[in-house]
This record gives sequence, structure tokens and C-alpha cells, in this order.
Amino acid sequence: MNYQPSDFLPIFVQLAAAMGFIVFTMIVTHILGPRRSTKLKDEAFECGIESQGDARTPISIKYFLVAILFVLFDIEIVFMYPWAVNFKQLSWTGFWEMAVFMGLLLAGFVYVIKKGILKWEK
Amino acid sequence: MSQHIPSISNFSLSDPNKYSVENLRSEEMIISLGPQHPSTHGVLRLEVVSDGEVVVDVVPHLGFLHRCFEKHAESLPFNQIIPYVDRLDYLASMNCEHAYVMGVEKMLNLEGKLPKRIEYIRVLVAELNRIASHFVAIGTYGMDIGAYTPFLWLMRDREHIQRLLEWLSGARMLYNYIWVGGLFYDLPEGFEQKVAELVPLIKTTIKEVKTLVEENAIFIKRTANIGVLDRDLAISYGCTGPVLRGSGLAFDLRKVDAYSVYPELEFIVPTGKGLVGTVGDCWDRNHVRVLECEESLGIIEQCIDKLLGEHKRTPEFKPQEMVPKKIRPAAMDMYVRAENPKGELGFFIRTDGRSDIPQRLKVRACSFHHLSVLPTLSRGAYLADLVAIVGSLDLVMGEVDR
Amino acid sequence: MEPTNTLFMAKAVIILVVFAITLGVAAYSTYFERKIAAFMQDRVGPDRAGPFGILQPLADAVKMFMKEDFIPSHANKWLFIMGPCLSMLTALMTSAVIPFGDTVTVAGVTFDLQGIDVNIGILWVFGIVSLGVYGILIGGWASNNKYALLGGIRAASQNISYELAMGLSIIAILMFSGSLSTKTIVEAQQNGHWNIFYQPLGFIIFIVCAFAECNRTPFDLPECETELIGGYHTEYSSMKLGFYLFAEYINMFISGAVMATLFFGGYDYPGYEFVANKLGETPAAFIGAGALIGKALFFVFVFMWVRWTLPRFRYDQLMNLGWTGLIPLSIYNVLVTGIGILSGQPIIAGIAGFVLLILGLIIYDQLTVKKKIA
Repeated sequence: MNYQPSDFLPIFVQLAAAMGFIVFTMIVTHILGPRRSTKLKDEAFECGIESQGDARTPISIKYFLVAILFVLFDIEIVFMYPWAVNFKQLSWTGFWEMAVFMGLLLAGFVYVIKKGILKWEK
Repeated sequence: MSQHIPSISNFSLSDPNKYSVENLRSEEMIISLGPQHPSTHGVLRLEVVSDGEVVVDVVPHLGFLHRCFEKHAESLPFNQIIPYVDRLDYLASMNCEHAYVMGVEKMLNLEGKLPKRIEYIRVLVAELNRIASHFVAIGTYGMDIGAYTPFLWLMRDREHIQRLLEWLSGARMLYNYIWVGGLFYDLPEGFEQKVAELVPLIKTTIKEVKTLVEENAIFIKRTANIGVLDRDLAISYGCTGPVLRGSGLAFDLRKVDAYSVYPELEFIVPTGKGLVGTVGDCWDRNHVRVLECEESLGIIEQCIDKLLGEHKRTPEFKPQEMVPKKIRPAAMDMYVRAENPKGELGFFIRTDGRSDIPQRLKVRACSFHHLSVLPTLSRGAYLADLVAIVGSLDLVMGEVDR
Repeated sequence: MEPTNTLFMAKAVIILVVFAITLGVAAYSTYFERKIAAFMQDRVGPDRAGPFGILQPLADAVKMFMKEDFIPSHANKWLFIMGPCLSMLTALMTSAVIPFGDTVTVAGVTFDLQGIDVNIGILWVFGIVSLGVYGILIGGWASNNKYALLGGIRAASQNISYELAMGLSIIAILMFSGSLSTKTIVEAQQNGHWNIFYQPLGFIIFIVCAFAECNRTPFDLPECETELIGGYHTEYSSMKLGFYLFAEYINMFISGAVMATLFFGGYDYPGYEFVANKLGETPAAFIGAGALIGKALFFVFVFMWVRWTLPRFRYDQLMNLGWTGLIPLSIYNVLVTGIGILSGQPIIAGIAGFVLLILGLIIYDQLTVKKKIA
């Protein structure tokens, strides 16, 4: 089967429908709803207590380490997609090559886990 | 008055203004859990200093439900205090009443002179209320961990107990049923049979909750080895009830003090054994409550047997017969305590012998003591563990703030 | 030019119909979620709006529209609006590549019951789904609220972590089909050769990841009420909140459809050949579309069933499960599948996965405390 770039054309119908739905809904709810702003309503919700500081503070680095790890491993996994698609043609040679690649990947993986990237306790 | 008032600096350990945005370290954040928060079970405010997911420190702030109970009590006759006592631990009003009334009766030298039927009825309703209170504790604990369904199952069956007690007293939560020297009324006709019908139903529910919640792998992961309360630590913080028993000490005032007719009833005191983790973890505390429900059911069955047999309803029995018209105990200091679902509820009562109102009434509230152990337990835990620990302590703010 | 044009029109109609079905299913998922929850919890559930409360979604929508569209002044206004819109947009864009049925002929035009059949099919789903996390992250950050911030950050790290295992579990499927096109994947499974028989482990990994990607219990940490009140949507109200909730239900339906496509033969159903011979290709294909939607709805039900049964994980437990549990498992799955296919016995992967699952269950049963508690 031949795939053409024009295969993607109908997606614009979907994009238009989705955009239309979202914009329409947003505008309608903006028009229909009442607007009664008060000082208290405007405060950030902090369980009924005045907030101490706002959310524009530095956050724990642990969350971002996960993000960096993701970027690393996701790129490795992307390499596997073309291999998987052509798996049957590549046969055993390709399999062993990928096994070696996965071995390396796993070695790095074990290293980061052992480093305690998922551990929160100090 | 030459009372010694300690200076404020002596309280620096529980300084409510310990943390502010300025003195935080980098990446730390002050988050308020409460007073309007689903997992603090009332209007408790926990000021949490967190570093990402880890709790650095917790500062509890109380007083949102303060109703001046102790001051009110100083201007009310003894019998009129009972409805206020109901509102201490509003989930177990019968138990609160029982404790308070026992104290006043002791002061009037009525102890042991009441008809046995009255005592059995008191124990029966107190144990019913204990199950209701534990059901709320177990149910909301499941909800804290994220399981919503068991909460509604338990609420459904707690409703049966509340209906029964409403039939008995006319109120669903705040009964004013146990009076000094007697009861409001005898049990309604057929009450014993209805209770007997309810017992197997509740047994099934407890079994279901055991399989749905307690044995659930995720639930165990969330509660085992979390918030481990050492036995010595529990004792030094004054923890009682399921919290202390969860730490492995079989301390139950129903056995230790053997008040009312409890010595005539057979039951065991379940303790935490660390079945899935360490002794004294959250799972143990919750498990003790589940086991206590089963024990209470046993007590209820025995009470029903006695109330239908030995001490059965007679036309001569008048529960208000011994209720004193005027309650004026001699001048004395009295401390009375009883086993509430949440722990030891104590009343210190001082009378001057000249008036029929107490000169001073001080409540020893178990939840208050349990709250004091919270910061120690939750330092260094995860944010989600904090919720699990608060739930396992089963705090009732009505009692903490009084 | 003429046939291309008609084909385009047909595709446009399919896309719009699927779009409408998605919205309808999502709207009624909210109703059925409440009904199922009520059934499990011995309650009645919504029963006021219309007979059996059947108009409840409508009433909810009206309520959402009429609520105050509030934007806190401390929030970043445009990001605050963009968050839910992005969530909704990504949720609505995924359905295009799902093959709802085989070739049909309607009014003389022959076409596939599929929005677009492209050679990157499954990657399209992944690409769009991973964009979805931006909606939550942006919304959570723009609210300028601590709970929302934590919720948004949790959502981001959770979604990206489980995306890895999800991506890996797909690779084994691709090795079977040799193509990324969803249509080809489904065609490879016709006549009962569903991937679930060859890939039980892959399916388990995929469904766990799907739960995490949709932020459903037991992985609903970004919005868990017992810690973070409402999580990333704490500050949201009116239809903006509605978009977040609605996007979750759409995602559930879409992930159900993707699971059916990848593991349960897509529009295949027992007796497909027989029906096609008896009634013709077109009715058989339409019944197939019904079968696919049925399978997807079944998975939506599983989502709900699990939600009302299980408690939720803690953040670090969730991360540990994703990284140290699912990723090694899916690599194992890929290797075993590779050996199975190359040795000409693809069922090896199925057996190996199945044995591992049974072993896991036995070990779990041994380690578990059930005996100790009783």
C-alpha cells in the first residue's frame, strides 16, 4: 500500500472540528456565566487560610530528574521503532544487535536507579 | 490569685509561627492542609513544610472548633452538662456520656447501686456506638488512601446503628440518653431483637471490608511500615485506645479499670502484631479498630442475652427511678475515665459541696494526645503518608478543641 | 480529481461521526461512571434528570456553562485558559487513526471506516497523547496555586514515566505486524489471531500505563483529593474545569479503542467471515465498527470498575512501579517476542508472558499477607 502525504488531509477536518468545539464552548461559557468577582474569591485557594507565599517558588529537583531521564530513554526507545517495523527482514542479526543495544540501555538504566534517582529520602 | 503563668518562651517547641516564607530553605514550601481539607476529618489545620514530596515538618493548628465546653460546664448543673458532653467526641456520644455519668455517680456514691439492667443497656448502647465510631474511622481511612467504596459500605451499616439509637433516644448523633442515676427511657419494645438481627449483618460487612481494604496489596503498601509509633513513644505521649494498642500494648480500660458490667462480659483486647509490617504502623492501628468491632459485636450479643434473660424487661423497671432530683456532691476532686472508641476519655471534676454546678471540669481528650504525636510520626514521611498517618490516628476535632 | 474529492468527503464524514461518537460516549461515561459507582456502593446514583437520570450529562453541561467563568487575578490569564483547551484538543485529535471498520461501499463510494490511514498510525496516537500532559502542566502552573502546581508537576512526571513502558510494550506488537499503520496491525489479527494471545504481558503493561496516562485510580495522584484538594484543577471552574474532566473521559474511550485495536483484533469479531459472506462486506464492516466500540466501552467499564475498587499509590511507589517494574518487564517482553517470531513459533511469547504472569501471581500469593491476616 502506498502512503501519500495527502493521506493526512482529513486530519484538518478533525482539527477544525475540535478547534471549533473548544472555541465555541469557551466563548459561550464566558458569555453565559455571571461575573461576580470578590476579593476573597480572587485569592489562591489554600484551604481557607491566607496563603504563605505563592506557587512561583523553586520546586524539588527530583521531579525534573525524572524529566531528564525520560528524554534520554525516550530517544533510545524511538530507535527501536524502525527496528521493530523491519524486524522480520533483519532477522537474527538484527535481533542480536538490538539485544546488545538493550543491554547497554539496561546497564545505564540500572546505573541511574542504583544512583537513587527515584529515592526521595536523603 | 497567685497562679504561676508560664512565660510564652517555654512553649517554643509548639510555636505556631515557627515557619514563615522567609526562613524556609530553598525548594521548601509551606502548604496548608486544612482547615477546609478533605483528609483532616474536620477543621484541623496542618501547616506542612514540604520539600517536593517529602514532609519536613508539620505544625498542627487547633481551635477552629473551640466551643468553651470546659467553661460552659462551670455554669451548668451536672445533669445539664450531659448534652455538651455528647458534643466532645460527636461520633461516640454514648461512650462520652457513659464516662461522664459514671464520674458523677461515683461522686454521689451511686456506683454499683444501679439496677443491672441499666448497666447492661448502657454497655449495649456504648458498644453499638463504638462500632459506629470505628466504622467512620475505618471508612474514612480507606477514603484517605483512595478507596471510596468501603467508606459508603460502612456508612450504610452505620446508618442502621444510628437508626436504632434514634429509636432509642430520638436523636441520631447527640443522644442525651444516659442520665445520672439511670437512663432517659427503657429500651423500646423489640429493640433487643432488632439489635440481634443487626449483628450478623455487621459481621458480614466487617468481613467484606477486610477483603476489600485490609488485604488489598496497594492498601498494605500504603500503610504497612508507615508512621511507626514505638510503644514507649506512644506511652510517653499519652496515647491510648487503638493507637496505643496498635503499638502492641494491651491496655484497655474496660479490662484495666473493669468499670460497669465489663468484668462480667467476655472479650479480648486486640493488639497490633505487625502482621504486614512493623508493630505500631498505620496498618496495625487500623486493624486493631477492625478487630475491636468484632469484639464489640461479641459484647453486644452477650448484652442482648442478658437483657432478654436474666435482666429482662419488667413492668416494675423504671430507668428514671434513681435519677436524683438535685445533684449536689460533697466537696471533692474526682477523676473518672473510660474507654472511648478513640482512647481514654477522662473527666476531672472539682466540686465545692455548696452548689450543684462543678467548680471545674477538665477533659482529658484522647484525640488531643494523639494529635501531639503527629509531628514526630510524620517528619521525613511523604506527603501521602502524612494523610495516612492522620487518618490512622482517627482524630475528632470536637474532642481536640472542646 | 473527482474520486479523490468524494473520498475526502467520505473521510470527513467519518471523522465528524467519530468525533460526535467520542463526545457522546464521553458525556455518557460520566453518567455511567456515577451509575456504576452507585451500584457498587449500594446507592441509587443520579436519578432526577429524566427517567433513570438519563439526562444527567445534559444537566451537568448546562450547569457547567452557567457557572462563573472565573480567572483568578494572580494567575497567568492566557495560560490559564490555554491549559484546559490544550487538554481537550489533544483528547479530541487522537481518534482519527483508529480503524473503526473494514472497507465499506456506501452510495457507490468505497472507503475504509477510518479517519486517516497513515503509515505512522500508532505514533500519531502517542505523539498527540504525550502533548496532553502540557495541558495539565500549563494549567497547574498558571493557576499560581501550590496544590495545582504540585498536581501539575506530578502529572508531568507520571505521564512521561509511563510513556516509556507504554512505548516499549507497543514494540512487540510492531514486530508482529511489521508496520506502524493501525490498519495493518488490525488486519494482521483477523480471524481470531488477536494479539492478546501472543502478548498477554504486553497487554498488562499497556493497560497499566493507560491507567496512568489517563490519571485514573490507582494512579490519580495529580488530582488526588486527599492530599492536593483538586490537584491541577483546584482553581478551575465552569467549562474550563469541565474540559479537564471531559478530556479524561475522552482519553479513557480512546485508550479503550486503542487497546482493542492493538490487542483485541480491532473490528474483528467471531464469525466475521460468515457474516461477510451472508450479508456482504458493508454490513459486516459496520457490525465490526460496533464490535470495536463495544470493546472500547468494555475497557471504559474496566477503568471505572478499578477506580471504585482500588486505593491509590503513593508518588514514589508509582514511580518505582513505572521505572523498575514495567520497563524491565517490557524489555523482557520484546526479547521473548523476538525469539518467538524468529524461531517461527510466535506463541512462545504468549506462553512465556503467561507463565510469567502466573508465576508472579503465585509469588504474590505466597508473599501476600492474606494467610497471616485471617
